[in-house]
Amino acid sequence: MATTIQPPETESKEPRLDDGNSGGGGLRNLGPTDGNLKVLDDFSPEPSRTGVWVGLAAITMSFAALTSALIVRQSTANDWHHLTIPSIVFFNTVVLLASSVALEIARRRIAEFARGKNPNRTTPLVWLTVTLLLGFVFVAGQYVAWRQLRAEGLYLASNPNSSFFYVLTAIHALHVLGGLAGLIRVTYILRRPVLSLRRSTMDATSYYWHFMGILWVYVLLVIWIKL
Amino acid sequence: MSDGAVQAVPTTADVVHHHQPPQGFIRKYVFSLDHKVIGKQYYALALVAVFTGMVLSWLMRIHLVWPNWPIPGLGLLSKAGAPGGVMTPEYYLSLLTMHGTLMVFFVLTNAPFAAFGNYFLPIQIGAEDMAFPRFNMMSFWTTFLAFCILIAAFFVGDGPPIAGWTSYAPLSAVGADAGPGQGFGQTLWGLSIFVFCIASLLGSLNFIATTLDLRTKGMTLSRMPICTWAWFITSCIALLAFAVLLPACLLLILDRVAGTSFFIPAGLVISDRLQPHSGGSPLLWQHLFWFFGHPEVYIAILPAMGIVSHILINSMRRPLLSHRVIIYCMMGIGFLSYMVWGHHMFVSGMNPFSSLMFSFPTLVITIPATIMTLIWLGSLYGSRLRITAASLFALGFVSMFVSGGVSGFFLAQPSIDIYLHATYFVVGHFHMVMGVAAIFGVFAGTYFWFPKMTGHMMNESLGKLHFWLTFIGTYCIFMPFHYLGLAGNVRRYSAFVDDFLVPLIPVHRFITIAALCTGAAQLIFLYNLIHSRFRGAPAPDNPWECTSLEWIMPSPPPFDNFGGKHVVVYHDPYQYGVKSSTGDYLMQNSPEQVEA
Repeated sequence: MATTIQPPETESKEPRLDDGNSGGGGLRNLGPTDGNLKVLDDFSPEPSRTGVWVGLAAITMSFAALTSALIVRQSTANDWHHLTIPSIVFFNTVVLLASSVALEIARRRIAEFARGKNPNRTTPLVWLTVTLLLGFVFVAGQYVAWRQLRAEGLYLASNPNSSFFYVLTAIHALHVLGGLAGLIRVTYILRRPVLSLRRSTMDATSYYWHFMGILWVYVLLVIWIKL
Repeated sequence: MSDGAVQAVPTTADVVHHHQPPQGFIRKYVFSLDHKVIGKQYYALALVAVFTGMVLSWLMRIHLVWPNWPIPGLGLLSKAGAPGGVMTPEYYLSLLTMHGTLMVFFVLTNAPFAAFGNYFLPIQIGAEDMAFPRFNMMSFWTTFLAFCILIAAFFVGDGPPIAGWTSYAPLSAVGADAGPGQGFGQTLWGLSIFVFCIASLLGSLNFIATTLDLRTKGMTLSRMPICTWAWFITSCIALLAFAVLLPACLLLILDRVAGTSFFIPAGLVISDRLQPHSGGSPLLWQHLFWFFGHPEVYIAILPAMGIVSHILINSMRRPLLSHRVIIYCMMGIGFLSYMVWGHHMFVSGMNPFSSLMFSFPTLVITIPATIMTLIWLGSLYGSRLRITAASLFALGFVSMFVSGGVSGFFLAQPSIDIYLHATYFVVGHFHMVMGVAAIFGVFAGTYFWFPKMTGHMMNESLGKLHFWLTFIGTYCIFMPFHYLGLAGNVRRYSAFVDDFLVPLIPVHRFITIAALCTGAAQLIFLYNLIHSRFRGAPAPDNPWECTSLEWIMPSPPPFDNFGGKHVVVYHDPYQYGVKSSTGDYLMQNSPEQVEA
């Protein structure tokens, strides 16, 4: 009988609680932070931080699927007409990348503020607002790009190139709008008299936003080279 | 350290949290954030879907062998599809499509993964709830919305779609010209699956973050029970698989409603009408769909494997030969599941070298599956198994998995698949290995966890009766399918009038009678479920003497799981066959130190 049994892992004198880097206790999801700044310094992994990476993996996979669809569609097509990308998308690219820089500045200021190094809460708010404005300018710019294509007579169903252009840019723009909603939420929390912004919320939002920039550069390269 | 000495160490850490249970019916039972309520909601939805799907299969089976018999009431459901209760060939295809879609998405994905996973994953790792309770609630209600959209297809215009659960383009993409149901019904199908994908992505994200971040003190990855591992690996598979189906459905919907040509080739004439499309690739849909579709098979079966392992260990009162190998095998299956999608397309027009490239990993994926089966059988050998309804269904799962899996060896080879692909052989194969096996896992899980979920015991005698009727009935239904397939019986025909098919009709008649009886036997389960819920004997905290964390709490668990405290975990999940103060097992949170 005894031969089939694995010995319990209890050789040490003290019962082992933590084993390596996992199972450290699920304290992190519990309770709102009631304005205590110390929690902002908590570096243990939080669900929102893991969650945003997992979400980004799914988004990456969706865009990979769309890219492979584009390649397969192109390889079988006899109706592939190259389209000239509206020049405003290059301006939009600069705007989106600039918004990422602004957000990074805001994020670092908030971290300093949370550590008590800098009592100024206005500076990060200003940078966050700049990020938000640039984000909206990007979405508006994309809308202008769609209008320009329509003016050229290129609609969603005109040819496969325009179809993929609209699909890729529209899905990306939808994700950007999601990011803007997150940024608005962070700004709103930061404006409260008692600060209850978790560091992980800030980080998750900014990872997502930076990823939107990277994703846009990828989408731009795809539509530039392929379409 | 002496045997059975209890140390003065805490079994729960300091109180970390306290919050009030929700008040009011809506917050408590409808839009609840509690993972346990959401798990039960998923289970209830799966139950509705499975009985709907089963009735659809009855209607199909009856039509196949008594094609002219008017089925009472069917004429009311669809005047055009079943005038006077006798269904048209197209309506047969509609029922087939709805049966497949309901079963694969709303039963096989929802019940073993979303329902049991939601209920027990947080508890088994000692967490108070899921990482993102609001996402969790959204994911259920989004699934429910997807279900409603799909069911609505029964009641629109010319009825539900006829393109099958795989909705192959261009039939699924061109619109009403492709036949009854291919108008608005097919659009609803696309929309439903699109919404379902969003729900599944939210759910998977939640499962992954919960498993990685919310494990309690001492609950290392290696101390997670096998079913927790299974749900975790499944959520990783689902995250990537549904992320591909989502844009695929979007492109399909655009082809249908916006006039794009992703999947529709040029010069296509359907119903004497030249379709206004150009240059699309029907194979593209198949690639995108099966890149999701094959992992989906493992989304259905992996949680069942985990549940069955958990129950077998508990019933054998000893660990499996190897805990780790089982987990590595599940990871291997998850990884390989992304490399085999092309084996669904051997007859779709594929480069023979590509066929070979897909055939090889398909054969390789049988290796981890075989190792797992051998571990189950090797561990069972010589064990004194406690025979309960749950353990019987767990054994039934192994049986179904082997019987259905063996035919996979044949189908994995392109040359054999070309003959068998469009026949009942494939229907028998996937019903056994994916459908029924996963359902057996769900039954096992239900008999095992029902006491915890409701606080009442289920009737064991009825459970065993249910098992034997279902087990024998299932073999009677699906084993002859293989014979039919070898005899050349084509799938998706609504009537058998060809010379070579007529002699097979008696076999079909036998299958239909078996299907009606087996389906009727499920009423025993339904009765047991409902009766036990209200009249069952009260359940003790740990009726099966199981070691994992869900059994340390009262049945049913309180709103906040562990009473606002942190459980501390000291042991691997399956400490059976030891001498402890509780008997032959040691709970995961017991600080007791014992020798084997």
